[in-house]
Amino acid sequence: MKQIKTLNKNLKESAVKGGCGECQASCQTVANQKCNNR
Amino acid sequence: MIHKYSLNGYNIVLDVNSGAVHVMEELPFRMLDYLKDSVPEIPPQELLEELCPVYGRGEVEENYADLHQLYQSGMLFSSDEYEKFADMMVAAPVKAMCLNVAHDCNLRCEYCFAAKGDFGCGRMLMPFEVGKKAIDFLIQKSAGRHNLEVDFFGGEPLMNFDVVKQIVEYARSQEKEHNKNFRFTITTNGILLTDDKIDFINREMSNVVLSIDGRKEVNDRLRVRVDGTGSYDKIVPAYQKLVAARSKEKDYYARGTFTKYNLDFTNDVLHMADLGFDQLSIEPVVSDEKLDYSIKEADLPAVFEEYERLAKVLIDRKKEKKGINFFHFAIDLNQGPCAIKRLRGCGCGNEYVAVTPQGDIFPCHQFVGDDQWKMGSVLDGTFDTEKKKYFAKANVYSKEECKNCWAKFYCSGGCNANNWQYEGDVLKSHKNSCELEQKRLECAIMMKAALAEEESE
Repeated sequence: MKQIKTLNKNLKESAVKGGCGECQASCQTVANQKCNNR
Repeated sequence: MIHKYSLNGYNIVLDVNSGAVHVMEELPFRMLDYLKDSVPEIPPQELLEELCPVYGRGEVEENYADLHQLYQSGMLFSSDEYEKFADMMVAAPVKAMCLNVAHDCNLRCEYCFAAKGDFGCGRMLMPFEVGKKAIDFLIQKSAGRHNLEVDFFGGEPLMNFDVVKQIVEYARSQEKEHNKNFRFTITTNGILLTDDKIDFINREMSNVVLSIDGRKEVNDRLRVRVDGTGSYDKIVPAYQKLVAARSKEKDYYARGTFTKYNLDFTNDVLHMADLGFDQLSIEPVVSDEKLDYSIKEADLPAVFEEYERLAKVLIDRKKEKKGINFFHFAIDLNQGPCAIKRLRGCGCGNEYVAVTPQGDIFPCHQFVGDDQWKMGSVLDGTFDTEKKKYFAKANVYSKEECKNCWAKFYCSGGCNANNWQYEGDVLKSHKNSCELEQKRLECAIMMKAALAEEESE
C-alpha cells in the first residue's frame, strides 16, 4: 500500500512567472488569495 | 526545509520551498526524523538499524525509495531560491488604499484599535474634496496597474455615506480614461444600515465586512453603543437582510473578534452559522497584555485547542454539506499567489496606504494616528519615498524570525503594524501572532488532508 500521498501540485515556477501585482490587497489573506500567464 | 506535524490522526509534511504537502503513514513520517536536509541515495545507517527491526527491511527500503523520489522531484527538502527576488518589489506602484472616511463611530467597542473611532486624532468626517484627491493620488501612483482597491473604513463609514457614494461615483467616472478597474470594499458595524444603503453596498462593493462577535452575550459585552447598551439586536436583522439580497458572486464576511472572555469561540462561529452566515471570520484580539480581555501567552494553549476543535467541527459540517468558509482556515495549496506576492505580504506602506479625513497618508489603517509614520498628504501630493522604500524591503527575508520559519510563504511576514506596536520594530515579529498563525495553518492544511481523504473514499 502506498504510504505517502501528495495532496497538491508550483511555487518555484511562480517566482519567475509571477509578480504582476494585479492581485487584490490582502491582510491577515495571502494563504487563500486568488491570482495573472501562470 | 520541511515542517512535519501530526494532527487529528494525520501525519502531515509541508515542503516549505516547493509548497508540496504530503500525508504519510507512520513509517515514512518517522524516517524523516533521521534526515536533515536531503534524502541521500543510501539510507543513513542509524535509520536502518532502528527501523528495520520494527517495520521489516523490505518496507523500509520501499518507503525510503519513495522519499528519495520526492526529493529528486523537488518536492521534499527543496532548496530556498527566493531571497534573490526580495528586492524586486522596491519600486512597486501603489494599488490599494484604505480611505478612513470617518474618524468617528456610533459604537464604543472596548478593544477598538482606533481609539473607539477617532484614532486619537479627534472626531471628524472626510470631506468629498479629500476623497476625490485621494482617488486622483491613487490613479497617479498606480502607474500601469489596472486593478485598484479602495477600502471604505473608519471609525464607522456609514456615518459619512453620502461621501462614500460621491467617491465611488467619481472613481467610476475615471476608470475608462485611465484604464483602471476599481474594486471597493466597506466595513460596517451595522447600526446605520438601511434598505437604501444595503442596495448601494450590494451593487458597488466587491466585499463587505459586517462586524459582529458572535453570540448576543459575547457581542454585547464589548460591542456597545455610546450609552453602554449592546448592538446585537439592531445589527443581526440588518446583516441577514444584506446577505440574503447579496449576489453570490460577491464577497462578504461576518467578522468578529474573540478575547479572553470567549476562548470557546467555536460556539460563536456556530452561532453565526445558525444566523445564516457562511462566510465567517473570528480573530484573536491583539492588545496590550495588561488589559483584562487580552489574550496572553499563557492563554495560547487554550486557543490552540479551540482552533483544533473548530477545524474538526468545520470538517464535519463540510461532510454534511453545511460548509462554512472560515477566513483563517481558507488556504489554496494548488496555486494561490505567486512567490513574489508571498514575499511581500500585504504591501503596507508600499503598495497599500491609508488616508485620513484630513488627507494625511499613513502606511496602513493600523498606523494611523502615529505621526512618526505619516508619509505625506493627498492634498499637496507629498509622498515620502524613503518610508515607502523602507516598507518595500520589509519582507520575509529581512525579518530574522521569518527567514527560517516554515510558515513564511503563507503568512508573508505577519502584520507590520502589530510588530511595531507590540515589539517596537516593524521587522521584529509579534511572537503571539506568529504562534497563532502557525496553528491556524496547521489546522487549515489538516482540513485539506481530511477532505481529500473523504473525496477519495
